[in-house]
Amino acid sequence: MSVTDHARAPARRPRRLISNPMAKIAALPMIMTALVIFIGCSLWTVVHSFTKSKLLPSTQFVGFDQYERLWGTRRWLASVENIAIYGVVALVFSLVLGFVIAALMDQKVRAEGAFRTIILFPYSLSFIVTGLVWQWILNPDFGVQGIVRGWGWESFTFDPLHNPDTVLAAMLMAGLWQGTGLVAVILLAALRGVDEDIWKASRVDGVPAWKTYIFVVIPILRPAFMTATVLIATGIVKLYDLVVALTNGGPGIASEMPAKYVYDAMFNKQNLGQGFAASTMMLVSVLLILIPWAIFEFGGKKRG
Amino acid sequence: MKTQIMRRLMAGAAALAMPIAANAADLEVTHWWTSGGEANAVQELAKAFEAKTDHKWVDGAIAGSGNTARPVIISRIIGGDPMAATQLNHGKQAQELIEAGLMLDLTDIAEEGNWAEIIQPKSLLDACTVDGRVYCVPLNIHSIQWMWTSNAAFEKAGIDPVNNWEELKAAAPKLREAGILPLAMGAQGWQEAYLVHNFLSGTSEDLYYAVYRDKDEDTLNSDAVKAVFEELNAARDMYAGGNVQDWNLATAKVINGEAAAQVMGDWAQGEFALAGQKAGEDYNCLIGMGGEPSISTGGDAFYFPLIDNADTTAAQKELAKVLISPESQVAFNLKKGSLPVRGDVDLAAAGPCMQKGLETLAAGKVITGTDQLITPDAVGQIQDLMAEFFGSDMSTEDAHAAFVEIILNDE
Repeated sequence: MSVTDHARAPARRPRRLISNPMAKIAALPMIMTALVIFIGCSLWTVVHSFTKSKLLPSTQFVGFDQYERLWGTRRWLASVENIAIYGVVALVFSLVLGFVIAALMDQKVRAEGAFRTIILFPYSLSFIVTGLVWQWILNPDFGVQGIVRGWGWESFTFDPLHNPDTVLAAMLMAGLWQGTGLVAVILLAALRGVDEDIWKASRVDGVPAWKTYIFVVIPILRPAFMTATVLIATGIVKLYDLVVALTNGGPGIASEMPAKYVYDAMFNKQNLGQGFAASTMMLVSVLLILIPWAIFEFGGKKRG
Repeated sequence: MKTQIMRRLMAGAAALAMPIAANAADLEVTHWWTSGGEANAVQELAKAFEAKTDHKWVDGAIAGSGNTARPVIISRIIGGDPMAATQLNHGKQAQELIEAGLMLDLTDIAEEGNWAEIIQPKSLLDACTVDGRVYCVPLNIHSIQWMWTSNAAFEKAGIDPVNNWEELKAAAPKLREAGILPLAMGAQGWQEAYLVHNFLSGTSEDLYYAVYRDKDEDTLNSDAVKAVFEELNAARDMYAGGNVQDWNLATAKVINGEAAAQVMGDWAQGEFALAGQKAGEDYNCLIGMGGEPSISTGGDAFYFPLIDNADTTAAQKELAKVLISPESQVAFNLKKGSLPVRGDVDLAAAGPCMQKGLETLAAGKVITGTDQLITPDAVGQIQDLMAEFFGSDMSTEDAHAAFVEIILNDE
């Protein structure tokens, strides 16, 4: 912040709108897309969530009826509970596991490239494939249970998919297997950016490596952690295909998720209003998390 | 030189245009008949259509059950990429599409072919009619009120084949001892919901109508409906350990004798037929859980989305004629396990189960399907409820209360 900065700023401001017109014209399509598709369609959805729309959108307003029904539906309540549990556990575990894997790979191991490929590989599979693979692995007749029983341990039982209490754990297993690799690779790249001198300095001072990681390196990695968190969080909110492929919401409604509720309400029950109400709730919950975070992260201070 | 090239190009264009003018059209037909028995049956329709007309049947099978296929079909019609013809169930599913003017009016074909006379029972044509105009071709009568039992399974357990639900319930412990699953079922809401419908209609027609048509609060809270939920509780125990999702995998368990019984629509018969089993010898069928034999006359119909092309429209109408013709009706329904929609066809080749269905139909023991009585919204909610009930230890009282609420709130 120098004196010249302050002096130049007011003079530049009025010209901002018209400066560099070609770039602005080039950006216009994207701006329109954002306004019409993202904001416009979201508003349209929110407005129609207050209507009685069935198969086709209607404008017969019914106030908060759709929301009342939504929050009185056991399947929706179960979905919200499930995504809360899944979300928190998945977020914590993928960050912790991802960081541990990244830190281990950063120890100048041999054949690091091969390890990196192996760890990132599951991320290249779609959730549908991941779901099917794990459905087979966890199937009691063909999967782990079947194999262990085949070795002679007849009473071995491992059937998490057909037990309402353990099905979320099974889903986490599949989700973490797929998603942790990406987190690890992002954090590994960030670890490489940490100045070697910090390590040398801490070694000279006799600080143990784990303390250096927690008190020095992790704070430096903050931007990378933020990127990873945003990526994981968006994956959690839109979680749909993994459920469909792995359990289809079952057993019963023990692994239902909000996105699946939205799809079923709109297309199977032919009740658009109900689906819009549910998707509006998803939007609201995302905004509730995102807005405070955005203010905290970007508000107030200007960087550079 | 230039003019010559132009002339050649024009001639080429004209030659290309010629075959288009000679109105053979490719009709894309979407449906969700993908299990072995079903695919076999739909092949009969394609063969008949291509043999009788110059047009081509482009098969657009959508894998999965109706719940997977229907959204695809409806979004394609709404989204302006309609297929030429599509399977949908009779009832309220397509009503809004018709009201929005997205479907082809078939009234002239229907009058010409005298559909009002030949289609039995009449309710099928009514389901296709909106404001006096006909919009679909009823193809077959499907009923869901069937229970299929495996003779081999009972033999293995050393007991006589059962004749109704009560006997099956009594036989369940012995079947378990012999390592046989008493009741096979795919763990999907729509299959589990059949049990509710069938216990209701199997108790009596009046009860069924009081619940689904009249939505009578006193009846809903009566002991008769509560008893149905007690039976569901028994069914939940008998089905524990089934671990399959798809209906045809559950049917396969009955065919193999691994399971004793399955409650499923008459299309299960197509699977038995495909496995080379014979009704009466290898498997048996009971209507209405062995209680009151009434069958619903839901079923499949073909709808023709409006396409702005005279040739396609003409071809669509020809397909409609082929579908209702006696030959196609017999060929298709024999393979499908369903009943034909016209009373005047020869079904000498029908098996004992189909005969049973025809007798019930002839005796007028016909009930309206749930699709026509309650909205897809309520149907879906009942399916969710059953998925929850069969997948957890939800109490029968809670399930009953939730069921009452769904029915009473249905518009």
